[in-house]
Amino acid sequence: MTTPFYQPQGNEVSLFEAAYAARLPVMVKGPTGCGKSRFIEYMAHRLGRPLITVACNEDMTASDLVGRFLLDVNGTRWQDGPLTVAARTGAICYLDEIVEARQDTTVVIHPLTDHRRQLPLDKKGETVHAHPDFQLVISYNPGYQSLLKDLKPSTKQRFAAFEFDYPNAGLEAQIVSSETGLVTTRSAQLVQIAHAARQLKGHGLSEGISTRLLVYAATLIMGGVAPRDACRMAMVRPITDDADIRETLDHTIDAVLT
Amino acid sequence: MAPTPEQLESWRYHLACSFPAVQAVFADCMAEAAMVLSPAGMDAYLDGARALGKMGRGPEPVLAMLQEWPQVARIVGETALADVTAVLFAMQKSPNSGAMAPLLQTLAAVARRLQGPDPLRHYLRSVQEVMARTSVSIHGHHTTFASPGLPVLLAQAPHLLRVLTVAGFARWADYGARHYQHHPQRQCEYFSLQLTDSRAVLQRERHGTLLANVENQLSLTLRALWQINVPLCAYATGWGDKTTPAPWTTHHTPDDSICLPDVYDDLAGEYPIKGIDRYRLALAHMAAHRRWSQSLVADNLSPLQRLTIECLEDARVDHLLLRHYPGLHPLLLALHPRPAEGACDPLVASCLRHRLAMLSRALLDPQHDYQDLALNHCVATFHTLLADDESSTLAMQMLAIQHATRTRRQSDQLGRVYFENTVVGYRDDNRHLWTFIEAGDEEDAFTEPPPADKAEEHGLPPRHYPEWDAASQTYRPDWVSVYEALHPSGDASDIDALLHRHAGLARQLKRLLDLLKPQSRVRIRYQEEGSELDLDVALRSLIDWRAGAQPDPRILMSHRTDGRSIAVLVLLDLSQSLNDTVPGTGQTRLALSQEAVALLAWAINRLGDPFALAGFHSNTRHDVRYQHIKGFDEDWGDAPKARLAALKAEYSTRMGAAMRHAAHYLGAQKADKKLLLVLTDGRPSDVDVPDEAALVADTRQAVQELAQQGMHTHCISLDLLADAYVHDIFGHHATVVDRIEQLPERLTRLFVNLTK
Repeated sequence: MTTPFYQPQGNEVSLFEAAYAARLPVMVKGPTGCGKSRFIEYMAHRLGRPLITVACNEDMTASDLVGRFLLDVNGTRWQDGPLTVAARTGAICYLDEIVEARQDTTVVIHPLTDHRRQLPLDKKGETVHAHPDFQLVISYNPGYQSLLKDLKPSTKQRFAAFEFDYPNAGLEAQIVSSETGLVTTRSAQLVQIAHAARQLKGHGLSEGISTRLLVYAATLIMGGVAPRDACRMAMVRPITDDADIRETLDHTIDAVLT
Repeated sequence: MAPTPEQLESWRYHLACSFPAVQAVFADCMAEAAMVLSPAGMDAYLDGARALGKMGRGPEPVLAMLQEWPQVARIVGETALADVTAVLFAMQKSPNSGAMAPLLQTLAAVARRLQGPDPLRHYLRSVQEVMARTSVSIHGHHTTFASPGLPVLLAQAPHLLRVLTVAGFARWADYGARHYQHHPQRQCEYFSLQLTDSRAVLQRERHGTLLANVENQLSLTLRALWQINVPLCAYATGWGDKTTPAPWTTHHTPDDSICLPDVYDDLAGEYPIKGIDRYRLALAHMAAHRRWSQSLVADNLSPLQRLTIECLEDARVDHLLLRHYPGLHPLLLALHPRPAEGACDPLVASCLRHRLAMLSRALLDPQHDYQDLALNHCVATFHTLLADDESSTLAMQMLAIQHATRTRRQSDQLGRVYFENTVVGYRDDNRHLWTFIEAGDEEDAFTEPPPADKAEEHGLPPRHYPEWDAASQTYRPDWVSVYEALHPSGDASDIDALLHRHAGLARQLKRLLDLLKPQSRVRIRYQEEGSELDLDVALRSLIDWRAGAQPDPRILMSHRTDGRSIAVLVLLDLSQSLNDTVPGTGQTRLALSQEAVALLAWAINRLGDPFALAGFHSNTRHDVRYQHIKGFDEDWGDAPKARLAALKAEYSTRMGAAMRHAAHYLGAQKADKKLLLVLTDGRPSDVDVPDEAALVADTRQAVQELAQQGMHTHCISLDLLADAYVHDIFGHHATVVDRIEQLPERLTRLFVNLTK
């Protein structure tokens, strides 16, 4: 597998390496689509560790992480969950969008994230001691303006954290160009539209246009779609249902594109 | 080709009209008509005029017909004559024959606005309708008095049709005819636009893009593209033939705002521009000024120099604007006039504006073909200055002064100024550009506004709500004024004592409420597909299976979250009728309502749902009072209890406006379900509304509006006769409490059932 493309915004690569060397659990914060998951993929590849990703959701229970008994012809059989597998084999376990999981679920990671580095499987009566190479990484989008969707302070206190944001305009245009091959002048225009939309965050938009959506739009343009249509389809329609915001962003596209 | 004397003579014979006033203009009218009308049309025209002459209404109608019809026919075609004569005959047969001349006199101007026989037919039809409805009948079915408003309406029609479509005109006229049918004075005032609601309805019906409708969008645009967050305010556009002032921005003053005209029409032409785009461009231009323009001292500059500086500075910010948003270039070019070189003769008129408009065009449009040397020199210098960076207002001032010196002419001082094609539609008046150190004598002096009346400072300004008019199926705009205030306070311990009295009931309710309390996680057992193994059940199944019995396959369990998200607003009717004593109890309805609401508030508070309490009463549409007893953010503590203890009942029940205002607060709550509970003791009514059904219809409309906004409404009525109307208003969502002494208990149980 080739190394995933990742454009560093600062010294986050060396900082992550240092955190991994000390096996500190890491939290990655930032808005949707700014490259959090890509960064973790890139780092796992760079450090040569397998990566186990769990996309968290509200229906997820602790047993979805830890494991559960399943039925078998001979009775019950224990099946390790992704977190247990990672802890046993020494992988990097990446819990994506951890706030989506309920707070009581996330408490199971506590013993793994302090000096104990162990995972008690109470149903099975076993305590898994984490492999020396194991590391836990969670991602977390603080943009949700909901009190319900936040991490417990006791969970937050166990992680070293990276704060990501959308890259600055020049860098973002470069990223879009290297991902898709779009000419830089055009990418810069896409980034300009995205910046306008990000100004509306909190004024009708809960999230701005992410770098990921810019890449989608650029991909469509490279596929032969007219730039205006591509922008509307990939950058405006997905993020809003509000007619006023849609009109505003459509006008922005018309104003920016030549 | 002038008509021959023989032709004239035969037409004169045809007309057979000997009024001296008609004879005086006959030949001229015929000459004009002969150029426009076909021979058949000519005959019909003379027939119509002849008939008017024979009606015995004097020379006026014939004159108006002879003079106006050829112009009308040129625009809408001569076939429309039949429609016009039909209306004229209808007028002749009614008492309104005096309106014949006004109809004909304004017909040409109306036709010019309507541009077609079909719209003209619609126009005539609505005129006829207004005539029929406003002619006053005193004895039975015969109309005996002329419509007072009709001549006014006809005189006003050309102006109205400038801003209204013919359908909008019909609706506007219909509103006036309906509401001021029996009030001749008001009717005339309505049709001559002196009444506020006449102007409000006009505003609602006018064509073009209204700022009020796009304001939100424009603020978002301003924020997205320019990171500017200032209020947008509207000013009235020119009415009739007055010109509209340019927009303006006041960012160097403390009360910063951007002012735009209240309406922009779509522009037709080779490059059509929508009203919203005109707003966007005006905003973009002003935003560019705010970003890149600096203020200059105006005192030492002549008006000519200032005008030139403004022209160059406008061009500079447009240039920078296009550097960021190149997609706007076609729109800017389309809105910018294209003055033709040499269109203005400097010997007879002041060409200053024309020269500057040309310069401005040349700076914006690289494809201009102006040959003027000074102009081209200035354009070249301008582009050199802006080649690398943003340049500055000061640099523009230098360039402008040089250019003004080079190009000024003696004739610039002439009083006759050439204005044609020199107004750039999207540009503001540049008042932000100038600082005056000394008060000049040439600027408009504005008197300071008089200090605000101290008496008005109490309380919040009123909020205006529309009211539904069932007869016309329209809203009366801004009809009701709602004043909101905190309810005065009494003694909170009274409410505690009340609650204490109902302690037994409270204990029963508490048990019920505990059952309702949200459980955040609920286990669902016996699932075939679930998230987790239910070990007990699984082992039992395993034992069954080993023992050879049929095992139960439902051995998994799962969880679901069970939350409760309801916001409640309880709206209390505080009208005079609540002071009546309930027979058999010795308590007033008000005291019972108070008890009931206290218990209800206790219950809701116990459940933990966000809730608010408010009371209302009204004294005509100008004074609906909405009193806050408890806000959503307040705790159910002493302050709200004290307010509840001081309840007082007076005046009437204008329920629709109070509900709309309550919806304003309830709608702002973040909850999955929103419930408005209305506690009332009678039908909606007010002293200024004689028709009982009118406010019932308005309240029904308010309920539907609320439903559209996702709010549930439920009414608890204490009126024993409420069945007659309450279901018309609230549908099934109404409870009539017939034994009022049970209200405290019924109300609380009802709430619990509603939100279970």
